[in-house]
Amino acid sequence: MAIKERMSGNEAVAYAIMQINPDVMPAFPITPSTELPQFVSNYVANGKIDTEFIPVESEHSSMSAAIGASAAGARTLTATSSCGLAYMWEMLYVAASDRLPIALALVNRGLTGPLNINCEHSDSMGARDSGWIQIYAENNQEAYDNFVMAYRIAEHKDVMLPIMACMDGFITSHAVMNITLLEDDVVKDFVGEYKPEHFLLNKEEVMAIGPYGVSNYCMEAKRAQAQAMMNAKQVILDVAEEFEKISGRKYGLFEEYRLEDADYAIVAIGSACGTAKDAVDKLRDKGIKAGLLKIRVFRPFPAKELAEALKSCKAIAIMDRAESYSANGGPLAAELGAALFKYKNQAEVLNLMYGLSGRDITVEDFEKVYEDLADAAVNGVKEDAEYRYIGIRE
Amino acid sequence: MLEDKFKTENIDETVKWQDLTPGLQIYEKGSSRLFNTGEWRVNTPVLDFEKCKQCLLCVPYCPDSSIPVKDGRRLDFDYDHCKGCGICVNVCPFNAITMKEGK
Amino acid sequence: MNDLIEIRWHGRGGQGAKTAAMLLADVAFSIGKQVQGFPEYGPERMGAPITAYNRISDRELRVHSNIYHPDYVAVVDETLLHDVDVTSGLSVDGGILINTDKNKDELIPLLRGYQGNVYTIDARKISEEALGKYFPNMPMLAAMVKITGVMDEERFFKEMQTSLEHKFAKKPEVLEGNMKALRMAFKEVQ
Repeated sequence: MAIKERMSGNEAVAYAIMQINPDVMPAFPITPSTELPQFVSNYVANGKIDTEFIPVESEHSSMSAAIGASAAGARTLTATSSCGLAYMWEMLYVAASDRLPIALALVNRGLTGPLNINCEHSDSMGARDSGWIQIYAENNQEAYDNFVMAYRIAEHKDVMLPIMACMDGFITSHAVMNITLLEDDVVKDFVGEYKPEHFLLNKEEVMAIGPYGVSNYCMEAKRAQAQAMMNAKQVILDVAEEFEKISGRKYGLFEEYRLEDADYAIVAIGSACGTAKDAVDKLRDKGIKAGLLKIRVFRPFPAKELAEALKSCKAIAIMDRAESYSANGGPLAAELGAALFKYKNQAEVLNLMYGLSGRDITVEDFEKVYEDLADAAVNGVKEDAEYRYIGIRE
Repeated sequence: MLEDKFKTENIDETVKWQDLTPGLQIYEKGSSRLFNTGEWRVNTPVLDFEKCKQCLLCVPYCPDSSIPVKDGRRLDFDYDHCKGCGICVNVCPFNAITMKEGK
Repeated sequence: MNDLIEIRWHGRGGQGAKTAAMLLADVAFSIGKQVQGFPEYGPERMGAPITAYNRISDRELRVHSNIYHPDYVAVVDETLLHDVDVTSGLSVDGGILINTDKNKDELIPLLRGYQGNVYTIDARKISEEALGKYFPNMPMLAAMVKITGVMDEERFFKEMQTSLEHKFAKKPEVLEGNMKALRMAFKEVQ
């Protein structure tokens, strides 16, 4: 029997962690993910789980300790946000290239500066090329579900990569909403026990991890790592299918909301997609064919599948909650734009920057985007309107 | 059981990316022995067994573990791995080791 | 009850406006509603104006924006009336609940022409009488439940009794005071 509860996103992910009972969690607190190590420490102190919680002095150390623990053979996780992730940067690449299936609960917050604590995707987007799988949540339910699925994906033998399960800072992490939880034993059975093939504490086998890779070998190692990321796509889908059997909730690489016959599509990531769905419904009631594509998996990037899903749209707004300061748009627009070109999509495309540093976005804002798309479909996109900010004073 | 292809003795520069270990991990001990760093040597230390008092001071100083010890006595250099750094020459209190030019 | 009730809470950091919003979400959840309770984080400092929000509905809640056109507004600290446009976007069919010992007529001039219902509650008096200390949350919560009608009186007290028994399992002496504060507020809000 599923459990009806109400929880914030942080509470929900902490609850998933409690149900999984991982072996090791090194962590350093940072807003808005501070509650995660706090809640897990409580679970440990209350004897609910026997996770080894390691308080460290920095995020560089939390990721380093996570790498050590994972290499030793422990199911490992950590949590962070914003500058904390930035401070892990060096070690993120080490975790991925050492092929360690660490889980990281990332509560998205903008990188400084100006100094700000609110939601933005600049932290995880900055780490998009570090070799980590990235899965994003729209709300507390998805944050919980994604975390329950995380180890199954990361630890799969065809993958063996670390995974970042992301949710929007404050908007999701601190908002209490209804949620349906799985029972402890269902989660335990689903996640299973971690049985690494090779690990440092194995007394039957001596091993070395993270050796120097001379040029004659290093590129081959990277090619193999790239393959693991490609393999992750199918594994994510397989795990989602199994998850549906225990939860009744369906997940893919992305969610299509009223997209099938849509003329105008918004593509976005995270909590804003919930708000956009209400706008889609309002416009559909007026006979306007609006649709939404919510990216769930950003790494691996499902380029071909996205282009296919968007193939009959007349105009598409790609919405970024992170600047890339490329002077050419945000990271989602760069990648999805390239995918649309590669697969010969002819739609008009807008790149809209929204929600930076926690700037709110409303149903009305999304309705206006659909209006702009309808206009673009007929009149084309003016050069200076293609990449622009919405919800800004100008 | 470790797959044969993952044994270090079977890995060389002809191996394709598909057949290397993930993250270039190594699943055996002492695999560095398979790499003959002695090939890098420009100058070679030579031991005068007459002068050597078996104090063994050279042994811990050798950065490449190239001075084998058996039954409390050092043997001749392991020239497969000695890189010819000359540290042993410097630390020997009895001037029992000299450097010769070339291999 | 409407299909969707949206509530905005105004308070100052440390007064528990966020806690009140969370408590309201809790109690609405307990009767099977879809709920949201969330704070808006600005420069979080003791005394700085803060805002928190509730959405309560029978339908799935998907919108994650703040609330600009609330049905109800709660003001935990009446001094905010001078500094913050608390009635901004407030529906005239709903109302504003103000924690004050003043008469409504004294406050209406501060509401920038708001034409809807104005409710007052002296949460300080109630809290100090029932709990011996100033915790405005419980009286504000009860008053908000009453004016919004999210649930009937009997159900509300029953749910609160259960929830507080759980919350104060180790401090049962606090339970009675809190229940008293809720009952007084339910009666006294006007």
